[in-house]
Amino acid sequence: MASVIDRVREIAADKLSVNLEDIKPESSFTEDLEADSLDVVELIMAIEEEFGSDDNPLEISDEDAEKILTVNDAVNYLKSNNIED
Amino acid sequence: MTVNIDLSGKKGVIWGVANQRSIAWAIAQKLIDAGADIAFTYQNDRLLSSIEKTTSSLNDPILLECDATDDSQVEKVYKEIQSKWGKIDFIVHSVAYAEREDLGGNFSDTNLHGFRTALEASAYTLISITKNASHLFGENGGSIITMTFDASVRVYPGYNIMGTAKAALENEVRQLAVEYGNRNIRINAISAGPLPTLAARSIPGFSEMTRAHREKSPLKRNINHNEVANTALFLISDLSSGITGGTIPVDAGYGIIAL
Repeated sequence: MASVIDRVREIAADKLSVNLEDIKPESSFTEDLEADSLDVVELIMAIEEEFGSDDNPLEISDEDAEKILTVNDAVNYLKSNNIED
Repeated sequence: MTVNIDLSGKKGVIWGVANQRSIAWAIAQKLIDAGADIAFTYQNDRLLSSIEKTTSSLNDPILLECDATDDSQVEKVYKEIQSKWGKIDFIVHSVAYAEREDLGGNFSDTNLHGFRTALEASAYTLISITKNASHLFGENGGSIITMTFDASVRVYPGYNIMGTAKAALENEVRQLAVEYGNRNIRINAISAGPLPTLAARSIPGFSEMTRAHREKSPLKRNINHNEVANTALFLISDLSSGITGGTIPVDAGYGIIAL
């Protein structure tokens, strides 16, 4: 399976309609990838869907979601929830 | 005795499917399972690919672009429906919007633009989509449902102007129910507990809402999409023929709790 960071990049590319190669680890969703507030919510929900399952759903709280500003932030959040390569 | 809810031959328009997690989509699937034919509207190009993806399991779905705050676009949608179907039996209104800066923070910081935006998108649209469709209902009338939230009567910090909009919406349900009652067009609102939809997740404090409902509701849990869809099916069907102008809670009982 692809690495966590590549899965996050894939999601961002799909939800934000940007090219995969333009999405770097340090890319900010709103500043670099021009996501609006609804895009960011969609992105967070897509990450929950990708990394959660019916048996073990992933729920990212508002407080945590607010801190996820870049690709790296998302990867680190997932890591802190024991989702790693 | 078995009671079957059969909507074969019933046709309706669903407003407000944004993606797989939309309440409107859960309702759509339920109504389709019961045999209904459905046309979907979507707001603009931004949502087209998402609604195409969401409805991709359906055979050649009817997707109509319409900004529901624009009367002329609403009229146009119903003209298309009229030429396709001739009549309709139900409408599902699941449309709401507020500016991001008006959600969270102080309620009194809402400005006139934010007030208008939220009330037009979330409350006015019910009037418009009802009025412009009223000539399409047949002799047997029909059923219209909309989605509301407990913040219409009680305060959920952060929900702000949307609470005002939902209060307006529920009032409209009552007034429209009276106006269209003599034609047997019934209009009801479902007041659902918090569900993780695109719209709900955009509200600061959403996690807190789900936590409060889970901990304090009589059923000690959050509700799910399917429970709202089941209630929608009931309200669209003739089983609810005696119910109009109501706001029906699907909230695990949270609305009765004070402490």
